[in-house]
Amino acid sequence: MSLPATAHDVGLSHEARSFWSRYVFSTDHKVIGLQYMFTGMVMALIGGFMAYVFRMQLAFPDQVVPLYGLVTAREYNALVTNHGSIMIFWVAMPVLIAGLGNFLIPLMIGCDDMVFPRLNRLSYQIFFVSAVILLLSLAAPGGGFGGAWTAYPPLSASAQYNHTPWGAPLWLLAVALEFVAFLLGGINFTVTVMNARAPGMTAMRIPIVVWMIVIASLVFMASVGPLVAGAVMLLLDQVVGTRFYDPKAGGDPLLWQHLFWFFGHPEVYVVLLPATGVVAEIITVFARKKLFAYKTILGTSIATGIISFFVWAHHQFVAGIDPRMAHLFTITTLLISIPLAEMMFAFIATLYGGSIELATPMLWALAFIAEFLIGGVTGIFLGANATDIYFHDTYFVVAHFHYTFFPIAIIATFAAITYWFPKMFGRRLNETLGQWHFWGTIVSFNAIFIPLFLTGAAGQHRRIYSYESFPQLSTPWLNQLAVLATVALIVLLIFQVIFLANFFWSMRRGEPVGANPWNANTLEWSAPSPPPHGNFATMPTVYRGPYEYGVPDRELDYWPQHVPS
Amino acid sequence: MSHAADLHAAHVPIATRRSATGIPTARLAVWWVLASEIVIFGGLIGSYVMLRLHHPHWAEEAAHTNTLAGAFNTFVLLTSSLAAVLAHQAAEAHDGPRAARFLGGTILGGLVFLLVKGFEWSNEIAHGFTIFRDVFWSYYYVACGLHGLHVIAGMVIMAIVAADARRGRNLHRVELIGIYWHFVDAVWIFLFPLFYIAK
Repeated sequence: MSLPATAHDVGLSHEARSFWSRYVFSTDHKVIGLQYMFTGMVMALIGGFMAYVFRMQLAFPDQVVPLYGLVTAREYNALVTNHGSIMIFWVAMPVLIAGLGNFLIPLMIGCDDMVFPRLNRLSYQIFFVSAVILLLSLAAPGGGFGGAWTAYPPLSASAQYNHTPWGAPLWLLAVALEFVAFLLGGINFTVTVMNARAPGMTAMRIPIVVWMIVIASLVFMASVGPLVAGAVMLLLDQVVGTRFYDPKAGGDPLLWQHLFWFFGHPEVYVVLLPATGVVAEIITVFARKKLFAYKTILGTSIATGIISFFVWAHHQFVAGIDPRMAHLFTITTLLISIPLAEMMFAFIATLYGGSIELATPMLWALAFIAEFLIGGVTGIFLGANATDIYFHDTYFVVAHFHYTFFPIAIIATFAAITYWFPKMFGRRLNETLGQWHFWGTIVSFNAIFIPLFLTGAAGQHRRIYSYESFPQLSTPWLNQLAVLATVALIVLLIFQVIFLANFFWSMRRGEPVGANPWNANTLEWSAPSPPPHGNFATMPTVYRGPYEYGVPDRELDYWPQHVPS
Repeated sequence: MSHAADLHAAHVPIATRRSATGIPTARLAVWWVLASEIVIFGGLIGSYVMLRLHHPHWAEEAAHTNTLAGAFNTFVLLTSSLAAVLAHQAAEAHDGPRAARFLGGTILGGLVFLLVKGFEWSNEIAHGFTIFRDVFWSYYYVACGLHGLHVIAGMVIMAIVAADARRGRNLHRVELIGIYWHFVDAVWIFLFPLFYIAK
């Protein structure tokens, strides 16, 4: 059944194209995807710079930080808070879900755009405004919000405690707007995949990454609602003076922790799933082998999404929750590692016996599996309440967290960018620079966070501005590890210059490629590179699943989805 | 379809006209919007219920809400939903003006609802039951306020849909705004007992 009179819904045609209508106010899903990606990249640079500033303070306390100056305690808190917020909400989310989702979904399911192109544009615009508000909040009177990205009340609820009468509400407003943007985007993604698929693109022929983005969008949608309600209450506490989270007045600060982590933990899987989807696409192409156990991978991602709703209180073991409940949440938390481990096994089984080509995208994909494994295994210590109580307030948590989020937000993103770059811009990235960038980033990443595991295990507390007033926490050994981590961070940031140079140089000067440089099967590679407005010359029909590589008795080792038998 | 619409049809993305599930795209989207709304109100109502169980004195505060006004509003809102259903029926029969008239009835229902609400709130505030008095009242004003915003949003959208429907345009939207209005109703069905009856 088609919709009557949707013609009214669409504004002017895209023939008249100034710079503004083509790149800024476009409703084309590819342009919007790239807008999200570039905004995410800019925010990543800002977030990375913040990390540099506060790591310098930790390694060389109370000295002038080059390019910044002296870091005050209050600035330190604002930097740590906003580094976390930016990297999760304004880097991982826009790049992995909104950016890739927008760029890939219509191309991979074989249609010309999203089902709601203008809603899509609106979602980016709201996101952009949210980013601007967040950055402005840093310059607000009293400085940016410094109550950690988790924003626990009572610290976050009253300017009396946090001393940021503007920073805290602006931060919250920015986060809330960002949620609205992703709710709109997620509904658009889900409906597009449900309804706008090409003929023949049945559920079991949808590429895994598209499935993962949809599951992630649904998990986000289902988990963020209570936090939206909680954010309304927190905003009223901050601005109007209600006492939702004030125990003195009959409110409950723990309520926020529940609402926050009911969203916050599924959020980990919201960004993890698209990242694993990217990895699945890449390893099957570069191993020239059919993806092992498509249905199992799909099932494990759905299971992950569901179980992720029952693990949140493992963040609150030290918050005074009932120990019996803590045991329950320990069990569910350990359970969630099963589907994820199964997924990783399926990826390794895909590699087994394949003709592996170690091109840059493949290196990133393999690094994701290896590094995320470390993140997953160290998560067991934190998911189990007995060990978490010791580790919770130490750098062990910081290191574990970054061993999950860095592979997700950075490694998988680089995998995706290096893999789909030819489709985005019609040119190839420089392979040598790509390999340099890969090794520089991976080695320095481990050199940042392995020391932090060690300091954490030694009992080094996190969220402390300067350890000089805590003699037990500033032993020479701990200080040396802090310096090592900081130097490694600087090296990591310097290596990103290689990436940026490669990216922008190749965008204009890279070697031009045809439609399908990687000999891949999925539909986006049947469109020209870069795809024009409308994507396909003729709308494709799908004849088979996305991972038919190395099929016996065929001349080619791949079999694109749109080629008739 | 008008001539102008034909001209534009060439530029409408094919994506907007496909329906792989057989369910119209717009209806699917409305369902997902409501799904996301359910968890927002669910979080709010869930927190309220959990806290209420720990605060027996909230029942005394709740004794001051106006049950009669709430019951009357429940009746008004449910009746306005009936008008929305009749509007959908008229739209199915391609009778745009009739659909628009029924939507007008629904909007009127929303208006009466808000007037009663305004009377309640001003009365309560005048007697000192403000949002600051107790966390119970904070929840009362936030939950009813959030619901009231949804009523207002529904009325605005419904006015736009009705204006279109009167000229026989976009009749499929009559059903969609109706689905949304039923949801707003259903939220009230939860709020009414929780804030007005449980005392």
